[in-house]
Amino acid sequence: MEGSSAEAALSVSANSIRITDLTQDGDVLTFAITSQKLNGSAGVCVFRTYEDFDWLQQSLFSQENVPGLQGIIFPPLPPKALPSQLNMQTKAFKQLGFLALGQDWQSYCKALEFYLQQVATHPTLCKCKALDGFLINSESPGKQRGRKGIFNRLSQAVEEMRKESHKDVDNFFQNERNRNTSIAALSKVATEKLLDVVMTEQKLALACGHFSTSLHLCVNQDDADAVAFSKVCLKLSDIIEAVKRNYEKVANNNLTTLGLGLDLESRYQEAEKEMLFRRTCKLVELETVKKGTEKAKANKREVMEAFQKAVEKEFNLTSSVAKQEIERFHSSRVNVLKNFLIDWCEQQLNTAKECAELYSQHLEACRNMYSE
Amino acid sequence: MAASSERSPPPFPDSEEPELLEDSDEGADAFTGTSISEMDSLSPDTTGPPKDIFNEPPEDIFSDPLSEINSEPQKNVKIPSPGSDEAVDLFSDPLDDEADVISSPEVQNPVPDLLKEPVEAPKSDVISEPPSDLSSKPVHKNAIDPPKGAKTAVSAELFDDDDDEEEDLFNEPLKGVTKKPQPSAVSGPPVNVFTEVKSEVKVKPQVKDDPTDLFAEEAVTAPATKPSASSSSRTNGVHSEEQDIFSEATVELSLDSPRNDRKKDAVKPSVSAPAASVASSSSKPPSKTLEELEEEESEDKFDLNISVTNPEKVGDGMNAYMAYKVSTQTSLTMFRSKTFTVRRRFSDFLGLYEKLSEKHSQNGYIIPPPPEKSILGMTKVKVGKEDPSSAEFVERRRAALERYLQRVVSHPSLLQDPDVREFLEKEELPRAVGTQALSGAGFLKMLNKATDAVSKMTIKMNEQDVWFDEKIQDVENEEQQLRKLHVMVESLVNHRKELSGNTAVFAKSVAMLGSSEDNTALSRALSQLAEVEDRIEQLHQDQAANDFFTFSELLADYIRLLGAVRGCFDQRMKAWQRWQDAENMLQKKREAEAKLLWANKPDKLQQAKDEITEWEAKVTQFERDFERISATVQKDVIRFDKEKARDFKRQIIKYLESLLHSQQQLIKYWEAFLPEAKAIA
Repeated sequence: MEGSSAEAALSVSANSIRITDLTQDGDVLTFAITSQKLNGSAGVCVFRTYEDFDWLQQSLFSQENVPGLQGIIFPPLPPKALPSQLNMQTKAFKQLGFLALGQDWQSYCKALEFYLQQVATHPTLCKCKALDGFLINSESPGKQRGRKGIFNRLSQAVEEMRKESHKDVDNFFQNERNRNTSIAALSKVATEKLLDVVMTEQKLALACGHFSTSLHLCVNQDDADAVAFSKVCLKLSDIIEAVKRNYEKVANNNLTTLGLGLDLESRYQEAEKEMLFRRTCKLVELETVKKGTEKAKANKREVMEAFQKAVEKEFNLTSSVAKQEIERFHSSRVNVLKNFLIDWCEQQLNTAKECAELYSQHLEACRNMYSE
Repeated sequence: MAASSERSPPPFPDSEEPELLEDSDEGADAFTGTSISEMDSLSPDTTGPPKDIFNEPPEDIFSDPLSEINSEPQKNVKIPSPGSDEAVDLFSDPLDDEADVISSPEVQNPVPDLLKEPVEAPKSDVISEPPSDLSSKPVHKNAIDPPKGAKTAVSAELFDDDDDEEEDLFNEPLKGVTKKPQPSAVSGPPVNVFTEVKSEVKVKPQVKDDPTDLFAEEAVTAPATKPSASSSSRTNGVHSEEQDIFSEATVELSLDSPRNDRKKDAVKPSVSAPAASVASSSSKPPSKTLEELEEEESEDKFDLNISVTNPEKVGDGMNAYMAYKVSTQTSLTMFRSKTFTVRRRFSDFLGLYEKLSEKHSQNGYIIPPPPEKSILGMTKVKVGKEDPSSAEFVERRRAALERYLQRVVSHPSLLQDPDVREFLEKEELPRAVGTQALSGAGFLKMLNKATDAVSKMTIKMNEQDVWFDEKIQDVENEEQQLRKLHVMVESLVNHRKELSGNTAVFAKSVAMLGSSEDNTALSRALSQLAEVEDRIEQLHQDQAANDFFTFSELLADYIRLLGAVRGCFDQRMKAWQRWQDAENMLQKKREAEAKLLWANKPDKLQQAKDEITEWEAKVTQFERDFERISATVQKDVIRFDKEKARDFKRQIIKYLESLLHSQQQLIKYWEAFLPEAKAIA
């Protein structure tokens, strides 16, 4: 049954999943998701809102009959975007970071697309029926989404504080937890800083734009000298315009490559943290059960031991899945980061070269103007 | 000399009388002084450009000195005219026989004829003959005049020659003219002790060359006139001016093209001998048109490099000050040596400005303003904290002082000022007083400025001159625009600084991320990335400094310079006001006279008449002053505009170069990083 479900689970190729279009209706963003059928070349296009994505994520969380589900690192779903809110600029930035930047939610779409791909390529999660339905059915999936999200997160935070420092029995996990904590924090900081850089670059581009426009105001055609001066001003305006475009490009490069990469990295680290936390919870549970069993009276001991075994088995299963997941995560994350870095570097290099070319053209023109 | 240079000496002495009276000694000075220095400057150039233009004439030997005549006669005509009475006398004598010709405008008619149909000329008509006379005589005479001014004995002798020639000219227009002067040339030098005279004497035959050419060969006149035609079409001012000065059209025919040469000559020597350039410029008539002014400006090039370096703190505490090394490198002969260095403090720079503005601002010159005093910045320096902001302040001021000095010396008239020379050359300078921002003198200055501002508001000048009307408006608009641009650039610079700061922080966090990364390749790549970002941060920082120094400071400079330009306009307005006041006063006096006449009080009538003549003289003088200041302001503003366009161009090129450089650095950085990123396994 399991094998057949795997076959039936995903009828589209994971790599072909794209978010091609986006429509905004007030507060609701609707994403057009296209994918390629595995059997045959037919393409599928469905329209989904963020609620549908959330539903998918919840479905993934609450899958039944998946052993060691707690040990899985769930691909992180980007937070909800609220486009029409007035205070979106400040609030959304806090929540979304990079994803709020870019024209027409481009980076947000990219992040969602990446999320879907990650889910679809995940060896366990791709078997989920909800995913297939999400990608293929033209109707919106069921509306029975749980609204436990916020409460869950709050209680989790409290517990996290309590259990964060819980000593692990397994050194591997202890190390992984330590590492994850530091990397998660650092990558978050790095993302924020890069965001600052990008924002400044955009501001700079804007300032260049203003400068270039005001240079146009200096144009005066009264006499020969004024014309000469105007020419100089216009030239400078062109140059500043070029500088502006350069900054826009650089900012965009930062945004679409390294920015998204770091954002993804930081969210993935959070996801790993959540998984590790779930495992720690299991561990704590197991330890309490063990203690209970030791203290238990003889008549209940049997039941307790059976229970302990069940818990232990579940914990071990979770741990083994977690171990696999962590390894998988590490290799894939290095790969993803590498790709982003290479992309980034190449794009920046191209931009710099283009810009240098443009500048030298301007310089040439200027020198010629000088000799006139 | 500078003052007299800016007077408007009309072409002929008779119209010059009012000014002659007050200018006589000054003019005499110019007379002896300039004429000699001029010859200095011109003699080396005799082999110069004229050859090109006049190589067609058969008498090639004489074509060289031609340039000299062209220059000589003009100057000589002009110099005596504002000069002494004696000069006028000297003039009137030789002019006698041709006075009618000069005054009669008909003479101008034959000339176009000559130009167009040279065939008429060889026929030696009655009409064509006088021109030959004219062209040779006045020039000839003028050429001789200066030595006469210097040595009357010599001039007397020369004049005899002159008379001979005139006769000769009348009798045998062709051969006599070419031959006679030569003997006179031979007789000239021995008497004149000046060596320069030689060149001058050479001039004489040449003058006659042209006329003879005109009569003898059309071929010769054609080349001679062609350049003149082209030159006059190019610079109309030259042409018309020529007519003013020599109102004899014939001279114009032969001299027009040479005049053009002379202009170049006069400018060229200014590189090697600025004293001469001043002399020649001082003799230039003020009735210049815009085109001519522009052309003249474009040819100005100064071989004078000034750098301000090595800011050094002298003394301690609140009495400490910064001293700067002012190094000058020049080939101008007005300076004692080619390179020299002095140490100056900031107040010396301010003192220089005070002196210059005191002397020259009423002439309508644009005097480049020095950098502003900054009590805050200087106090920081004085307190002696070695923090980056005070270092930046010192560097900024140093650069500003350098630009200030360069602007001062690039002004042709200010360069001639003895104070400027002293500032650049003299080892010890008396301590400049009254430049302290908080001193009593400073307070007085502020008060003066305030009263000035008030009086400016009360003056309502109805602008007659369209050029000024537009220019004043333009300058005001421009100032506003530049202020706006300045704000923009400031914000640009701030953003860049912010970017550089953010990049630094990002680099740090990437480095941290790299250090706690398990994957060695990734960790390595990240720390490399941190380094790259560090370098980029440096680039941003440099670029910010670049933006600041190339644009922000440039704009700030020009905002201040435009203030100075407006100051010039104000000076002009004041001169106008003086003139108008005098005019009103004259009106009143006249009315008073009329009343007296009506009341029949002859005893007071004489006094009233005297007053009227006195005020009439004043009105003429003030009007002349106003015209002179207008001309100067116009000239200076045009110069300023040119300089401005040139300056901006230069800065833009500099800026682009820096942009290009940082882009190339960036490419290098990325190229170095790419393999690192690819090496991540």
